Order: sequence, then C-alpha cells, then structure tokens
Amino acid sequence: MKILVCISRTPDTTAKIAFTDNNTKFATDGVQWIINPYDEWYALVRAIELKEKDASIGIHLITIGGAETEPIIRKALALGGDEAIRVNSTEEDPYFIANQIAVVAKEGAYDLILTGKETIDHNGSSIGAMVAELLDTPFISLATKLDIEPTQAVVTREIEGGEEEAEINFPLVLSCQKGMAEARIPNMRGIMAARTKPLAVKEPLASEKLTSTKAFVLPPAKSGVKLIPAETPELLVQLLREEAKVI
Amino acid sequence: MPVIIFTEHSEEKIKKSSLEAISYGVALAGKLNTDAIAFVVGPTAATLSELGDFGIKKVVHANDSSIVTSDTKSMAAIIAQAVEAYQADIVVFSNTLTAKGVAPRLSVRMKAGLVTGAVALPDLTDGFSVRKTVFSGKAFADIQILSAKKIISLNQNAFEIIKSTGKAEVIPFTAANIPNSIKIKKINRVAGEISLAEADKVVSAGRGLKGPENWGMVEELAKLLGAATACSRPVADSNWRPHHEHVGQTGLSIAPDLYIAIGISGAIQHLAGVNRSKTIVVINKDPEAPFFKSADYGIVGDAFEVVPKIIEAVKQLKK
Repeated sequence: MKILVCISRTPDTTAKIAFTDNNTKFATDGVQWIINPYDEWYALVRAIELKEKDASIGIHLITIGGAETEPIIRKALALGGDEAIRVNSTEEDPYFIANQIAVVAKEGAYDLILTGKETIDHNGSSIGAMVAELLDTPFISLATKLDIEPTQAVVTREIEGGEEEAEINFPLVLSCQKGMAEARIPNMRGIMAARTKPLAVKEPLASEKLTSTKAFVLPPAKSGVKLIPAETPELLVQLLREEAKVI
Repeated sequence: MPVIIFTEHSEEKIKKSSLEAISYGVALAGKLNTDAIAFVVGPTAATLSELGDFGIKKVVHANDSSIVTSDTKSMAAIIAQAVEAYQADIVVFSNTLTAKGVAPRLSVRMKAGLVTGAVALPDLTDGFSVRKTVFSGKAFADIQILSAKKIISLNQNAFEIIKSTGKAEVIPFTAANIPNSIKIKKINRVAGEISLAEADKVVSAGRGLKGPENWGMVEELAKLLGAATACSRPVADSNWRPHHEHVGQTGLSIAPDLYIAIGISGAIQHLAGVNRSKTIVVINKDPEAPFFKSADYGIVGDAFEVVPKIIEAVKQLKK
C-alpha cells in the first residue's frame, strides 16, 4: 500500500492578512509559515496512524512550491512521512497544480491520495477532486473517517445534516477534515530522522493555466460595536428588528 | 451559449442555496444575453416548473433513481453530458458539500477555469473575473478565469434570491453510460434540525455556558428566532454538543444574516468560520473578549441573566 499525501504551505492561522504591490501579492513580512492544518492534522496524521498499524505502508509527500517550502516539508517528514517530492513551481492555478500531482501520482502508482479539505489561504477545496478526475479514480470530499481493507477503503464523509459511509476500491483520492485523526507534534527522533529522509525536487511539467489572481481586497472594517447595557437586553431585540432588520 | 445551474434538492424541495445559485445564474445569463438552464439530477417531489418563479425558463431533469448522487465521478459525467447537449459555456454551483466534490472534476472535464467560494457576479469590464473569499474570510481575491468555459461555485448566503414570475418548461434528460465508483453502506441523518450551512440565523454558544445542561436557553432562543444552533470548538471537543454544530476554522464556515455568540471569546480561529455573517451579536461577561471588536452589537454581561431577558423580549415581539 502506497499513500501520497499532498501538503501545502500556508501562513499561520493567526497571521496578519495584508497585501503589497498594489494589492496583488500577500504581504509575507513577519509571517510564520505552517503546513496547511487540514493537510497536517487530518491527511498526514491519518496516513501515519495507518502505517503504525501496518508497517508495510509507504507514505510519500508531495508539495508544489519553491525552495522556501522545504522547512514545512521537513516538518511533515518529522511527523512521519517516508520521503517527499517537491515540484519546483510557485504557480497557484489549481488546474496546473492538480496536473503536477497527477503526473507524480501516476508514476508512483499510489493506492490512496490524501489532501486536506482546503488550504486556509486559497480556500479552494478543489485540488483533490481535480487530481481524481485526471487519474479517473473515485473521489470523496470532506472525509471524517478512513479505514483500510485489503482491496477497498471504508470512508465516512459529512453530508448535509448527517454522515454517509461508503466502500470504494483503490485507487482513490480523499479530502480529509476533522474527525479523521488526532493532531500530534513531531518528537525529537522524528526531527532528527527527517533531516536525512529523501526529498526529491522535480521540475514542473508544462500545463495549461485556467485562472490567475488579479487582485486582493480586504473587507470593509466593522464600524465598531454598539454596546447595549446588560440591564436592558430588550433594546438589543429592538435594534435587531428596527436597525439591522434581521429578526 | 447558455448558463447551466446545477440545482440540488433534498428530495422534497429545491435547496435554498440552489435558489441563490439560480438567481446568480439568471442574473449572469442576463448580463451575457443568454439563457439560464436549471439542471436537476434524481427524483424529487418538488414541482420543477415552479423554478419559473426564479426566472428560469428551462429545467433539464435527469430523473433517474439509479444515479448515485454521492458519487462525484458519476455526477461530473452527467453534468458534462448536459453541458455538451446544451452547448453551455458556464456552469454555476452553490458551494455545497456536493459541489466541492463535483465542480473541480467538471472543471477538468470541461477544461473550464473554476472559482469556488464566489461572493459576487463576475466583473466583465476586463476579461472575466470573479470575487471569492480567501484567507478563511479575512480577505477577498478577484480571480480571472482565462479559459473560454467557466465554472463558478457560489458561497451560500452570499447572493440574494431574486423572485420573478413565469413557468419553466421541464425537459427530461437521459444520461448515458454513467460510471459508478462507490458503494453506499449507510446514511445517518440528524432529522428535524435547521441546516447550519443554509440557516439565515444562528445562535451559538461557547465555554462560557459552563456545561451541556445549560443549553436549554440557547435552544429556546434559536427556536423562537427560527435559527440553527452552533457551538465553538472547545464545546464540541468536550462533547457538550455534537461535532456538526462546530463553527470555526476547523469546523463549518457559515455566513448567516444574524449570528448570536453567547459566551464565546472570539479566538481568531472561531472568527474565521463566522466572519462572513452579516450582523454579529456578542454576549460575553468579559469586556476584553476579542469578539467585541468584530461584533455589530454587544452586551457585556452574564449570559445566564441576559439571555432569558432576550428570550422574553423576543416573545413580546411575536405577540
């Protein structure tokens, strides 16, 4: 069993969001970078949990990014990946990225490809399904549970107002969310081992781009909170009806 | 070259989020001088001709109960066939759990640039660019779609439903050779609750409520307002409330008209899930709670005293 986990580098969840170059670029000054939380906590850690039960499972990581993404790849290897591939491109179009992953996935003949449910910066939620379509495999989005049987996976996913359990033959692609695994932190042994784990760098394949980012916009600032005395909460109800017109 | 709107239903009725997508698709088709077609998959008790009330003239219905709608591969194949049959250039989805699995697949099939989480109609003054939420609602990005074919997945509660008059013509559609790649074992549904993702109003509570036994007033207020209930992450992690009620960075991201937060301090990770709400009310006994900075209305006070009074005032209002 070979698992490919797609990881992405994102700003820390508490990073200040600001833009430069006429609002066309994210301002990276002082930003801490992390593994996209959904990729780490759910996709990668679930793969590691499965490997702990069955040591024959191989876990490979893939990221699309420049050399600046290597620290987060090493961190992911410290958590428990066996080896990693970095496709050397800073391109952000999802179709382009999915094509790079699909090529590696095809060459490596992976049984299972895992992604997080979305990245916390682009909020695209589209790479996994695109890779599945390029590979012509099944895809389940927003999976909350994954178990492995010899020829198939048993996957639970969120549906509106409940959940659904399905059986799917390998190979398949899953996007993972809360419920999948328990978050963990790398230990010293893992950090030491990660330094010497293989990290291959590949040049991207030519692929079409279907989108490009024109500009970023910050939402208008809130005009400030209107405080209502705790003694007269009925005033709140009145304001919600007459001013905000929401009840 | 029409706009196709992928229209979801709950078997009984068309989903509210799909009516928003229809209104968006109709408005977009108007801008482009073309037609909007609603595409429906699977049997439904909804009267599809009534989509005329939302400006739709043509509904295409693949009324085949053998289609596994949870199978993203099947669904992308069916929609691709409809796109081809009607020579559509643009497909509009509501950014639901289903769309997240299907729209990117269709994007690959059609070689159509995809924007998920759209919040406004495209700007056509310089190409075709669509505004979407990024950085978990802390910013927007204008994404230029470079391809001739385009797919837009509209955020829920981001576009007003627009009423019209008329009757839609319903045309049956037969899909051919649909693959089936998954086998559904079981489905568990929590019945009778208002869907959090679609709710106009949400009453949410956090650790400030001290324990699950104190949720009665949250539920009562929600019921009176016709609101869904939600909670913060620590509450879900402590199993005070079910996990599907958790809103925030790792939980559900919502955008209701009204979000009432009771006893939630407003950590940045919580805000990431709710900051698209139109009106935010914060009730917290700590005047330093960061949530007040993002709120429209606030009450600094003890929830156990304030919330029952609010409930009384809402009851008075309803009389």
